[in-house]
Amino acid sequence: MRGWRTLGILVGAVVLLLFPLVLEQYKLYLASLTLVYLILAIGLNLTLGYAGQISLAHAGFMSFGAYAVAILVPLGVPFEGGLVVGVVIAFLWGLVLGFPALKVKHHYLAMVTLGFNIIVFLVLRNWESLTGGSFGISGIARPRWGPVRFQSDRAYYYYILGWTVLVVASAHWILHSRWGRAFRSIRENEMRAEVVGVSLRNYKLMAFAIGSAYAGVGGALFAPLLTYIDPGAFTLDRSIQFLMMVVMGGLGRFEGPFLGAVVVTLLPELLRASEGFYLIIFSLAVILMMLFMPKGLVEIWDWMVRKMTRRRHGPAHPPAPPEPAAVLEPK
Amino acid sequence: MSLLEIRQLSKNFFHLSALSLVSLSVEPGELLGLIGPNGSGKTTLFNCVTGVLRPSRGHVLFKGEDITKLTADGVYHRGISRTFQLIQLFPEMTVLENLLMAAQERKGTLFSRLLRRDETEEMDRALNLVEYLGLSGVKDNLAANLSYGQQKLLDFGMALMPDPQVILLDEPMAGVNPTMIKALVTHIQDLNAQGYTFVVIEHNMEVVMSLCRRIVVLSQGEKIAEGTPAEIHDNPAVMDAYFGT
Repeated sequence: MRGWRTLGILVGAVVLLLFPLVLEQYKLYLASLTLVYLILAIGLNLTLGYAGQISLAHAGFMSFGAYAVAILVPLGVPFEGGLVVGVVIAFLWGLVLGFPALKVKHHYLAMVTLGFNIIVFLVLRNWESLTGGSFGISGIARPRWGPVRFQSDRAYYYYILGWTVLVVASAHWILHSRWGRAFRSIRENEMRAEVVGVSLRNYKLMAFAIGSAYAGVGGALFAPLLTYIDPGAFTLDRSIQFLMMVVMGGLGRFEGPFLGAVVVTLLPELLRASEGFYLIIFSLAVILMMLFMPKGLVEIWDWMVRKMTRRRHGPAHPPAPPEPAAVLEPK
Repeated sequence: MSLLEIRQLSKNFFHLSALSLVSLSVEPGELLGLIGPNGSGKTTLFNCVTGVLRPSRGHVLFKGEDITKLTADGVYHRGISRTFQLIQLFPEMTVLENLLMAAQERKGTLFSRLLRRDETEEMDRALNLVEYLGLSGVKDNLAANLSYGQQKLLDFGMALMPDPQVILLDEPMAGVNPTMIKALVTHIQDLNAQGYTFVVIEHNMEVVMSLCRRIVVLSQGEKIAEGTPAEIHDNPAVMDAYFGT
């Protein structure tokens, strides 16, 4: 199992590094966009999938990163500086929005975060002196390190890929710590978690803030990819799109966002050939997937992994039945 | 000084009084039994002590400190742990993960829990516990896939995991087969001899009478009797509460 995982990562790395060399411009754009969405989905998976706190404000948090870059870079701030500012703002607002999560749950929390996304959208549209209002900001420059410029689509793809690796590694690091386990404990049984000492306040705030910070990273990378942003890019629709990625990929599974981001970004593109019907087909596919794979696309992934390991080790023995609850003799 | 002292504790759910003016104290190293008919307020008392519910009036003192207003995680950090009548586990975690989860918040700060990766000490303790409880064979199974009795034992193990000073057991024997009841009784006596303090809610009279040296009886939210098993056995008020007149 471990061997297969390493192999998968290696193959994935080679593909991600090499295939942009043969892609035409639009496909390269889609590949870059998928990576950006992957970063956003990883953030939401941490908040919703692991910690069980629904957020429909993810596009709002994304806008903090995007606008920080779009506003600061023309003032002479390096791209990475703008990104950090955006991430810090997203993190802090994530903390703020975490507070209602201490009081309300489930669909009530969905309503609160949904309201937040709408407020962010309205502020972006109406604070014209800062955000350019509904006209947005155009001509957003791509990052440069001295003589090295990530101006071409291909160069910028690699730049995004670098950040993606960083995000994936850091998310893996967080989720495999005691924090990751504490997040899961809250999702699985909040009352029990508190009784074993989990501070619901601290962990929920962190789950919100970190998930939002990742949205900030994604947003910052998103702005120069399109070179143009306006408030319309950060509406509730987009938040729901991220929710779909995370749910369809597989909530609370590390592999989930990878599958979700790829399918939600690329499936509509593949269906474009069907012209007017593609949204209908896409929606139908989503409904069917949720009906038959309620745990998300990771079910296919798990099935493949099982198949492969079985083939390698010969027919699998049925797992040994659990021992009857052992009775201890007095010592 | 008592280890745990409950003073004039009341809990109302709207107009229903679930507990009224209950006082009792738990001495260090004691094995106290808490009995009473269904709906007499035993679990509510545990919930009020452990911060799962906020009492309407009265105080809970632990080693002299007023812990009435603490949330459940605060009570845990003081060294009080508990099990549940209706089993509460983390179903999608393995047996070992459930045990590690029960101890991971005990020490350190929020950020040291992110940075410190080493978990050998806790893992050793968890492995000892699964062996002690006879769960070694299922230690990597998801808690959801355990039998009822095994889940009960895991719940018990989780209460022991943080090395608490007081353990509140809420009907640990309910629905458990007789051989396992014997094992559990042995475990509790064993641990009590090592210095752990227990408060046990239990319906199995035989078990309570043999296990506990002191028993408190609740009925309709009030404490109606307190004493040795023999005194409780002969107390007409207790008989009355259980069988009515």
